[in-house]
Amino acid sequence: MSVGIVGWGCKLPRNRIKLETIAEVWGADAPSYKKGLLLYEKSVPGPDEDVITLSVIAARRALMRAGIDPEKIGALYIGSESHPYAVKPSGTTVAEAIGAGHDTHCADFEFACKAGSQAMYVAHSLVKAGEMDYAVGIGADTSQGAPGDALEYSASAGAAAFIMGKDKVVATVDFTHSWMSDTPDFWRREYEHYPQHAGRFTGEPAFFRTTMGCANALLEKSGMKPEDFDYCVFHQPNGKFPQRAAKMLGFDVTGDGFKTGWLTPWLGNTYSGASPIGLSAILDVAKPGDKIFMVSYGSGAGSDGFIFTVTDEITALQDKAPHTRPQLDEDKHYLSYGQYAKFRHKILRNS
Amino acid sequence: MAQTLTGRVWREQPQRYRMIANKDTETGEIYFPPRLVAPGNLDATFEEVQLSGSGKVVTFTIIRVAPTPYADLAPYALAVVETEDGVRLTCQLTDLDVDDVKIGMPVQFEFRKLYDDNEASVIYYGYKAVQV
Repeated sequence: MSVGIVGWGCKLPRNRIKLETIAEVWGADAPSYKKGLLLYEKSVPGPDEDVITLSVIAARRALMRAGIDPEKIGALYIGSESHPYAVKPSGTTVAEAIGAGHDTHCADFEFACKAGSQAMYVAHSLVKAGEMDYAVGIGADTSQGAPGDALEYSASAGAAAFIMGKDKVVATVDFTHSWMSDTPDFWRREYEHYPQHAGRFTGEPAFFRTTMGCANALLEKSGMKPEDFDYCVFHQPNGKFPQRAAKMLGFDVTGDGFKTGWLTPWLGNTYSGASPIGLSAILDVAKPGDKIFMVSYGSGAGSDGFIFTVTDEITALQDKAPHTRPQLDEDKHYLSYGQYAKFRHKILRNS
Repeated sequence: MAQTLTGRVWREQPQRYRMIANKDTETGEIYFPPRLVAPGNLDATFEEVQLSGSGKVVTFTIIRVAPTPYADLAPYALAVVETEDGVRLTCQLTDLDVDDVKIGMPVQFEFRKLYDDNEASVIYYGYKAVQV
């Protein structure tokens, strides 16, 4: 029995802010940020968008592709760093809005930027274990970055939803692996608005050690080599990190195999949505037989790895819902820093 | 503004979240929001139907001085939209420049945050319309 993705969907906000617009406010050197981090602009959620609304739209698009009765969904998990409530699940609202039944296991996940991939991981595992026919894993964020902090140039918004099942699978999950260690590179304490990070420490001992640990174990487990894959996608806190990780592993970063799921330079870092949205962009254009290598990363720190094989079922479903890349490239609405600050509640007001 | 009654919003979730309407099984008339009785027929029976996800703008107004829960959204368009089922409803238009709104403009519905009473309250969600 093959278990894997039976439907996928993505939602990106329309609003954008350019890196120069942020840099101008803080007196930062935009060209050096662009060159150093490979970041050009990022998405910004509208005042009426949050993790719940983005997740509902992404999940509905996944249902449009899967064509299943939402009542058959047995579990729904959302991974995010920006659940609208501290106490009250995002998942129940999303499940209710997409018409999932009440007999559903629902939970909100948190593990910095890998919360979305772990939602996918658990959803896949439950279907594989035979506990249910369908389970939904969603990665979504309206990411936080403190004004003036390096994170402000990247923290963005978006969601991707994946329905796992065993009938009419569009991408089988062939291998998975998870790797973690107690590495405090990025965190946010209770009641704090913005995360803290350990500067350069977030690179080598955190992102790269963890990503490589998971990726190498996944390659060893599968007996496959980078050249066996048609596409790869990694967590992308900026444009540079995933490019370097892919190169270190031996993937070619010059072609569509890497670039299709590499969205951060124009999307920003969608935190829990980052590698899932990259995977969504790949599934939009993948062909039957394609092999996809995916490794997420979440600070704290851990990575989830997946190897997918695309099936013949995918072709008929790709155009049944909006693709990811056009949402990134078309109908963009650029904000001033003032509008951005208002939308992100960065302006202190009497209330 | 008075505190929203959470129970009322909870009862309205099917119509707010999934646009569930009532269809008179005899006349075929669709009521949205759903009605318990049909006009002139207390014995009418209904079946639940989900409204089409798209429609067109019948008329609209631009709100520039908004009530408190929507103040951050101003200026925004409030429109009467006729769905493909022929049902007319009032909703906000979002993700567009208010100067671009036109009568007859095709729209589709998207799930959005409607408002909250304050930073500690329940958040109320429902449908808005975006330009197709």
